[in-house]
Amino acid sequence: MRLSKKFISDYIDIQDIDMQELAEKMVFAGNEYEEMRPFCEATNLVIGEVLECVDHPESDHLHICQVDLGDETVQIVCGAPNVRKGLKVIVSKVGATLPDGIVIKKAKLAGVESNGMICALSELGLESKYLKEEDKTGIHELPSDAKVGMDALAYLEFDDTIIDFELTADRADLMNMIGMAYEVGAIYDRPVKVKEPVVHEQGNDIIASYQLDVKTDNCSIYLGKRVDNVCIKESPQFIKERLMACGIRPINNVVDISNYVMLEYGQPLHFFDADRLGNHIVVRMAEEKETLTTLDGQMRELKASDIVIANEKEAVALAGVMGGLSTEVEEDTKHIFIEAAIFDPVHIRYTSKAILRSEASSRYEKGIDPNRTKQAILRACELLEQYASGTTQIGMLCYDQADKENKKIDITLEKINQVLGMELKNTDVESILRRLGFTYNLDREAYHVIVPTRRLDVNIKEDLIEEIGRIYGYDHVSGKLPVVPMKQGTYPKKEKMVKEIRKRLEGLGLYQVITYSLIGESECKQFVNEVKTPVKVLAPLSEDKKVMRQTLIPSLLNVMEYNLARNIKDIQIFETGSIYYQEDTFIEEQMLSGLLLGNYQGNTWQNQNLKVDYYLVKGILENLLDYLGMNGRYQIVADETYQDMHPKMTASILVDHEKIGYFGKVHPRTSKRDVYVFEMSLEKLLAKKVRQVKYKEISKYPSVHKDLAFIMPKTMESEQVMSILKKVGGRLLTNIDVFDVYEGENVGENEKSIAYALTFQNPSKTLSDEEVTTIFNQMISEVENKLNIKLRTK
Amino acid sequence: MQEKVNSIKEKLLKKLETVDNLSSLNDLRVEFLGKKGSITELSNLMKEIPVEEKKAFGSLLNTIKNEATELLNQKKEEIEASLLDAKLANETIDVTLPGTKLSVGGTHPLTKVIDEIEEIFVSMGYDVVEGPEIESDLYNFEKLNLPKGHPARDAQDSFYITEEVLLRSQTSPVQARTMDANLEKSPIRVICPGKVYRRDDDDATHSHQFTQIEGLVVDKDISLADLKGTLEILAKKLFGEEREIRFRPSFFPFTEPSIEVDVSCFKCGGVGCPICKETGWIEILGSGMVHPNVLRGCGYDPEKYTGFAFGIGPERVAMLKYGIQDIRSFYTNDLRFLSDFNRVEGGE
Repeated sequence: MRLSKKFISDYIDIQDIDMQELAEKMVFAGNEYEEMRPFCEATNLVIGEVLECVDHPESDHLHICQVDLGDETVQIVCGAPNVRKGLKVIVSKVGATLPDGIVIKKAKLAGVESNGMICALSELGLESKYLKEEDKTGIHELPSDAKVGMDALAYLEFDDTIIDFELTADRADLMNMIGMAYEVGAIYDRPVKVKEPVVHEQGNDIIASYQLDVKTDNCSIYLGKRVDNVCIKESPQFIKERLMACGIRPINNVVDISNYVMLEYGQPLHFFDADRLGNHIVVRMAEEKETLTTLDGQMRELKASDIVIANEKEAVALAGVMGGLSTEVEEDTKHIFIEAAIFDPVHIRYTSKAILRSEASSRYEKGIDPNRTKQAILRACELLEQYASGTTQIGMLCYDQADKENKKIDITLEKINQVLGMELKNTDVESILRRLGFTYNLDREAYHVIVPTRRLDVNIKEDLIEEIGRIYGYDHVSGKLPVVPMKQGTYPKKEKMVKEIRKRLEGLGLYQVITYSLIGESECKQFVNEVKTPVKVLAPLSEDKKVMRQTLIPSLLNVMEYNLARNIKDIQIFETGSIYYQEDTFIEEQMLSGLLLGNYQGNTWQNQNLKVDYYLVKGILENLLDYLGMNGRYQIVADETYQDMHPKMTASILVDHEKIGYFGKVHPRTSKRDVYVFEMSLEKLLAKKVRQVKYKEISKYPSVHKDLAFIMPKTMESEQVMSILKKVGGRLLTNIDVFDVYEGENVGENEKSIAYALTFQNPSKTLSDEEVTTIFNQMISEVENKLNIKLRTK
Repeated sequence: MQEKVNSIKEKLLKKLETVDNLSSLNDLRVEFLGKKGSITELSNLMKEIPVEEKKAFGSLLNTIKNEATELLNQKKEEIEASLLDAKLANETIDVTLPGTKLSVGGTHPLTKVIDEIEEIFVSMGYDVVEGPEIESDLYNFEKLNLPKGHPARDAQDSFYITEEVLLRSQTSPVQARTMDANLEKSPIRVICPGKVYRRDDDDATHSHQFTQIEGLVVDKDISLADLKGTLEILAKKLFGEEREIRFRPSFFPFTEPSIEVDVSCFKCGGVGCPICKETGWIEILGSGMVHPNVLRGCGYDPEKYTGFAFGIGPERVAMLKYGIQDIRSFYTNDLRFLSDFNRVEGGE
């Protein structure tokens, strides 16, 4: 909503107030503004009369004009096609500046001296939407009675200042000039004066000739009046300027008056051509698929949620949104039927969203003061009498079910200070209530405050507290900390563990990424073994954001592609985030996923790079799982079932025999690069109980080291050997490591040799050679017998 | 005799001068002190020395032996030292070649900001609580004083899953959930971080997915002054000890009064610069006193309890703090972008 200084001055005296200061004060009363500027930024403009106009000898379109500026006559070269002798024009004198920054100087045009410029309205900064056809092509022609030598901006009423406010959704009361005046009045403690409209009614009472039927609850007030014999012409300059200042295009005096009154009172009006409307007015809900041609010429198919105004035959207007073409006020309209009504905000919003958001509908959506409807309709009659020579007919059609009672709110000073954390006195509160235009009486401790209906946003105690606080000024609040019992702040247990996981993985060289939860439908099927019922959004923004993801891996692959495209080749990333699916309810399951590609670490010039491979990823995950207290509780098991994964380089991760995730190489079908990924369910992983660290005394007795190697088929898993070794070794086997894996000429074609380093130690005594040898031999025979493989001998 | 000894010594000294390696030094040792060495041979003369001079000769002999040994050892040390020097010189490396690149990882800047804010509040006794991202209309709107038909509930602004379920458009539903779940209706101090979703097309300043942190305090006698004091701490910790905040009245459906909070510009200190659009102040968050309808809807008696709530956007904080221009940078995860944040930052 724009505030026009000239317009608001009809209701409050702000001549002495600096507009910049006013704008800032409004901000601290809760009304932000986007911009403050003069209506027209030009200077040094006067009204001139073209005394003489001859063609320029050297040009086919320039004219040499002698222009009377009142105190002098100057020669101006002008290129406009409509310049002619006797015309009253706007002249920017030498030294004038125009809105686009041009400074007018004495100049020679095609050899002829020119002392100033005759202006078109566009040169004064008027937007082209406000320009009439003739003003788009030439200089502006002033009426013949314009006074030569007068300040042209003042004559045009363009000497105005505009502040464009960005109002909060609750301040419907500020969407009109009178409301703005009350707000400024409250801030500056100045009175607001709104004159009662004076109407001269004549003729027959229209109540006798009209029938009004309101057939819906979605219309609380419907008032109708008739003004006859209007003369349609251009509006007076002040109306045109004020409409333009508020962003509305002037059309003709009648249409402009309906907009003008809306800007004044915030009450939208609709003017019908009374002859074409007929005498029976019905307010009702539209029939499903009923049609109406709106005044923009479009045929609209209506919905049952649209409110319409109808006559005996058909719908003639979309209530609160747009009029109908068949009853539109046109150049030849004689009599006008004025509607001032209040419709249900929600219905108006639905209709206006489907059709058009107009100045009227945006006011209806936010709410209208029921105590201004009658004022507004009378004001329209008054203006039509004054500026369209209309005659107001006696009587007013009236349907009124609105609650017009002012609101009563009780509040105490104590409560006000308790919520605001301020130390206001009774006098402060009383002064603010008076400035806001709220009446009150003080009964012992309590104020009984009466809030006028124009303040649709003030309904409860807290609203009133806000009013008092914002007018008094929140800069008076001095900060303190809540006085509350001490307690320890906590993190959710899971969140704490996720932080630990993040730190560990970062320490292990992975960057945390955050990606989008919404992905495309085809992506959603990748890397998902059992597709669960997906969570889909009803109205997606685009194809790639339709479904909630069921795995994080495709998102990580996207990050990989993004970085590869920027020549970043070593990529090690992870994400913790939810996946989403539907069972009986919507499920959000937190996952931990990662992607690794390229060199993990190393030094290229030393030829010492550690490349990402299966075992590196396994090492990272083992490191993490050990850190999370899962040492000895997890198993890594070959798993060919993961689609989009390399069937022979992928393994499941089991913790306490429950599958919690997998890792491995991405299937070459999906990516040609050696890219490795992992994904684990954090819900499952973090559900496992972890015991506290329990320190075991380090054995004082020496340990014994022994190596052994077996030759086995290539397809055999090392784990099979290890598990037998561990079982036989029992508690005396304190460590076991693989130190060599060999395939080649020293073993058979389909064979490999794996060498194990074993450490034996007894916590309570020195192990004898005999003891170790016995266990060692038993290990060999068990492995040989159970797995049918041979010890490798030198 | 004395002359003989002197000449041997001179000879030794002279020869030592030319020796430059251990093997010729050893040859010298043999030449003088070996079995047939010239000094060893001197002792053979003992037989021929008269008894009364034997003692003096013996002492002379010892002296020359000791002197020669000393000189040879000294030379040996010299040669060894220079050999070591030469060896070390040979081992010279180019200390300026690049070091081994250890694998490094780091925290996403949004997580950094969220962690930082969480820590500030946990240290003041707040609990961190989380809520679902797929949220019911009831908690996302209804309980937050946004009844059916409210413009902010428009389907085109949120990602609806069904008519009653949507991707939460704010973290505020966690407020309502927390109050609802607190059966004793006792005081609350929580902070709720999380992802939220809005039906905005992505551009430099909009993202259909972003993060929010909601704060809520409900207790007896909580006022705007408590809100201000709390947010002052937040602003100072996030943007520097000299920061101040100011309150501007605003409107949010779930708070009354509602307050927009500005922080004094950390770039220019308040005198005006492009970052603060020459105003000296930067808008950082929305807040207010919990609306009585919200309290009541969650079982708290607004006559007994008041509370404040605020919502802050980690994206906005990170963009301001680090000078990030495009909100999409957080979600494209360019590793060069991520690695820029991989270090500690100067304390407050």
